[in-house]
Amino acid sequence: MTDLSVRLGSLHLRNPIVAASGCFGYGVEYASAVDLSSLGGVAVKGLFLAEREGHPPPRIVETPAGMLNAIGLQGIGVHRFVGEKLPELRRLGATVVVNICGSTLDEYCEVARVLSDAEGVAAIELNISCPNIKAGGIQFGCSLTGTYDVVSAVRKVTRLPLIPKLTPNVTDVASFARASEEAGADAISLVNTFLAMAIDVETRRPKLSNVLGGLSGPAIRPIAIRMVWECHQAVKLPIIGMGGIATAEDVLEFLIAGASAVQVGTMNFVDPFIWTKLLDGLESYMRRHKIARVADLVGTMVVPGREHAWTES
Amino acid sequence: MLIDVDAEVMSNTRLSSDYNVVRLNAPDIAEAAQPGQFVMVKPQRGQDPLLRRPFSIFEILRGDGGRPVGVSLLNKRVGSGTSLLYSADAGDRIGCLGPLGRPFEPVDPPQMAWMVAGGVGLAPFATLAEALAHRRTPMTLFYGARSGAELYYVDFFQDLGARLVLATEDGSTGYRGRVTGPLETALADPALARGALTIYACGPTPMMEVVARIGAQASRPVYVSLEPAMGCGMGGCYSCVVPVRRGAGTHFVRSCLEGPVFDASLVVWNGLKSVH
Repeated sequence: MTDLSVRLGSLHLRNPIVAASGCFGYGVEYASAVDLSSLGGVAVKGLFLAEREGHPPPRIVETPAGMLNAIGLQGIGVHRFVGEKLPELRRLGATVVVNICGSTLDEYCEVARVLSDAEGVAAIELNISCPNIKAGGIQFGCSLTGTYDVVSAVRKVTRLPLIPKLTPNVTDVASFARASEEAGADAISLVNTFLAMAIDVETRRPKLSNVLGGLSGPAIRPIAIRMVWECHQAVKLPIIGMGGIATAEDVLEFLIAGASAVQVGTMNFVDPFIWTKLLDGLESYMRRHKIARVADLVGTMVVPGREHAWTES
Repeated sequence: MLIDVDAEVMSNTRLSSDYNVVRLNAPDIAEAAQPGQFVMVKPQRGQDPLLRRPFSIFEILRGDGGRPVGVSLLNKRVGSGTSLLYSADAGDRIGCLGPLGRPFEPVDPPQMAWMVAGGVGLAPFATLAEALAHRRTPMTLFYGARSGAELYYVDFFQDLGARLVLATEDGSTGYRGRVTGPLETALADPALARGALTIYACGPTPMMEVVARIGAQASRPVYVSLEPAMGCGMGGCYSCVVPVRRGAGTHFVRSCLEGPVFDASLVVWNGLKSVH
C-alpha cells in the first residue's frame, strides 16, 4: 500500500503532482483530458486584479528540448476567475492553487484578499518570478528585500497557505528561499523560467515579439534540480519543484533532491495525458523500492563522497 | 470528445520535393472530426523538437461501407516537424491528438460557398467541400499556388461538384498571379456573384487579409482558418492568440479554442502581421 499524499505546511495534496501555472490555462480547459480531482493540485494561470491582454504574437518559440514563451500574463483578472472559473473547478474536485501577480504590493494584497474570501481556494502561489512583464513580478523576485516585503505583506492579509514562486534568474536562489521563510511563507515553489532569447538569423529579428522570453522544458531540468537541492539545504520550508518534468523518473529526481511535491508544465503541452503516466510510474517505483509514503523520499539523495571521506585529505 | 492516438502511418504520398499527404490510422478522430478542425501532431520520438504541431485534418479516409478509418494530413516541408512528417514511412507511429478547434459552418443552398485556398491552405477544404456536397450547396474553389505542378487534389474537388478557378504565380495553369485576383473579378461579376454567398479562406496571412478586405467590400461574409504558432492546442498556453475586435478595442483570443476558424471581419489584421 503506497501513500501518495503529501503535506506542505497546512496544505494537503492527494499526491505530489500538480499542474504548473501558465501551462494549464484555468484548469477547466483540460477537463476533457484529465480528471482534475486525480491531480495533486491545479495551479491556475497567474492573475492580476484586472484583465490583461499580454504581449502580441509571436509568443512562443521552440528551442532544443525546450521552448521560450513571452505570453505577458494575459488573464481574466481575479474577479472573473472567482465568478466564472472557480465554481467549475470546485465542481470538478480540483485542489486549486491560485497563482497571483501584482504590479505593486497593494495589488498582490488585494488579489490575495479576494481569493481569501472565495470558496474553494487551497493555496496561493505568489508569482514574483515572471520574466515577461515590465512592472512588478520579477522586480520583487530578484531583490531579497522585495521578496521579503511582498511575502510578508501578503502574509498579513491571508491565512491561505502562501507559496512564493521563485525565479532562477538570480545568483543565489537559496537566499531567496530564506527571505521567503523569514517573511512567513508556508512553502516555496521553483523554478520559474530562465530568461532567454532567440533570433531569426535570416531577418535578424527576435523570434518573440517581446524580444526576451522564459525558457522551460527538459532543457532546464538539471539546473532546476540543482536549485531545488540548494534550497532544500538552506530552508526547512517544503518545496514544490519544477522544471522540465517529462517522466516519473524526473518526478523522483526532484523529490530526492528535496522537493515535497512537483509541478509539471511544458510537457503537458506535448502530452495532456501525462498525469496518469507520472502517477503510475511513481507508484510502481515506490512498490519496487518498498517505500510506503512519498514523504519518505523527500531529500534522500545519497552523496557517496560524503560517506567515504577518504577521498578528501 | 478528445482522442489521443499513436497513429500508424498507413501510407505517405510525396507529391513534390516539399509537399506530401500522410495517411494516419485514426478511426476515432476521423469519426468525430468536423470540417475545418485540426489535430496536434507529434511525428518525433524524443524531445527535440519538443512540441506537437497543429495540422488541419485534410481528408477523412473511409473503408468498407464508408466507415471512417483515418485522417490524412496535407503537409509542406518547412521546418523540423514538417520535415519529419514529409519523410515518414508506412508503419511509423505519429502521435495525433484531436479533433480540436471550432469548425467551419457549411452554408445550405440556395446560398453559394466560395472557398479560397493558397498553397498548403487547401488542407481544411476537403472536409468542408464534402460537407457542402452533402448539403448540395453550390460551391466554387479558388485555388492558387506557385505553379501548376503544385495544384493538388483538383480532381477530388471536381468530383464533389466544385467549380474550379485556378491561379498560379508563374501562369503555368489558370490565371497568372495571386488567387485573390480572379476572386475579386468574380465578386464584381453579377452573373457569378448572384444571391447569397459565403466565402471561406485559408492560406498565407496576407492572402487571407486581402480576401477579408475584398469580401467585406462586396458585403459578403468571410470566414478564415488561421494558423498561428501553437503550443498545446488545448487552451493551456495562450501562445496562439489572434487579435480580434471587442468593443472599441482589441482582444487576444486563443485560436485553438475560439478558432482556427474566425469571422474575418473581427480579425485585426494589422496585429497579425508581426507573426510573419
